[in-house]
Amino acid sequence: MADDSQTPSPHVPRRAIVTGHGAFPEGLVSAVQQITGRGEMLVAFSNAGLGREEIEAGLRACMENVHASVIFTDLPGGSATLAARRVLRDRPELTIVTGANLATLVDFVFADESMSAADAAAHAAERGRVALATVHA
Amino acid sequence: MPISLFRIDDRLVHGQVVVGWGQPLKLGFIVLADDGVAGEEWEQELYRMGVPPNVDVYFSTVDDAARALERYSADARPGVLLTGTIGAMLRLVRAAPSGSVRSVNVGGIHHRDDRVQKLRYVFLTPDEEAELRALADAGVVVTAQDVPSAHAVPLSDILRGDAS
Repeated sequence: MADDSQTPSPHVPRRAIVTGHGAFPEGLVSAVQQITGRGEMLVAFSNAGLGREEIEAGLRACMENVHASVIFTDLPGGSATLAARRVLRDRPELTIVTGANLATLVDFVFADESMSAADAAAHAAERGRVALATVHA
Repeated sequence: MPISLFRIDDRLVHGQVVVGWGQPLKLGFIVLADDGVAGEEWEQELYRMGVPPNVDVYFSTVDDAARALERYSADARPGVLLTGTIGAMLRLVRAAPSGSVRSVNVGGIHHRDDRVQKLRYVFLTPDEEAELRALADAGVVVTAQDVPSAHAVPLSDILRGDAS
């Protein structure tokens, strides 16, 4: 899990959880930090080695700890996403973005402060979708 | 064709099953044999959303799945049958026609306070160890293998806990 000890700077209060398989969460948060310096807005939580209940409990604990209202996940059908959807069942204020990539997260951490977390998440999801492209010679 | 994989996995339908096994097997259907999920429409919808549209998911109690094994085996598509616990798989094997389950894959039994770690992805209580032995005693080949590219760990090594 990423270091959660730093208080976010006043102009970037919005926070989110990044979850998924293996080192995917830590890797993405690390990349966001490298590119933007705003990695503290994201908390990484890997499902590695965890059962269903532990993943859900871990996500709930992360949400409580950092007051996150958005969860970014990797595979739409992965165990992290399924756990997030279970959390959503009794946390309707939560927004889940599946299939997150680096472009998604960079957009999210730079979202205008006036945007709601849900709007920022939706904008970030669209940016991530646009970033997926094939390139030919 | 016979069910391609009988798998014990406490995450049930998830990435390793749908992608890791599903793609190389060209999976056509998943039988999720779990008494709890069989009675929960919301849970079924959750798992269905995690599966590509070309893969059918059949939700069933363990006993019903055992009774329907011959029907599943008549399906021309490759299929996976999942249980969330070793005990459920043992019930299924005992209730199914003799010889219809020849091998069982232990895909993931994760950490719990009353379990001891055996492999990176297998933690067992003494009762669960006994259930695995009972599966073997029933003529089932038990191995642990989280993904197809991994080594299939035989039961004796699982129980010794000395294989990675």
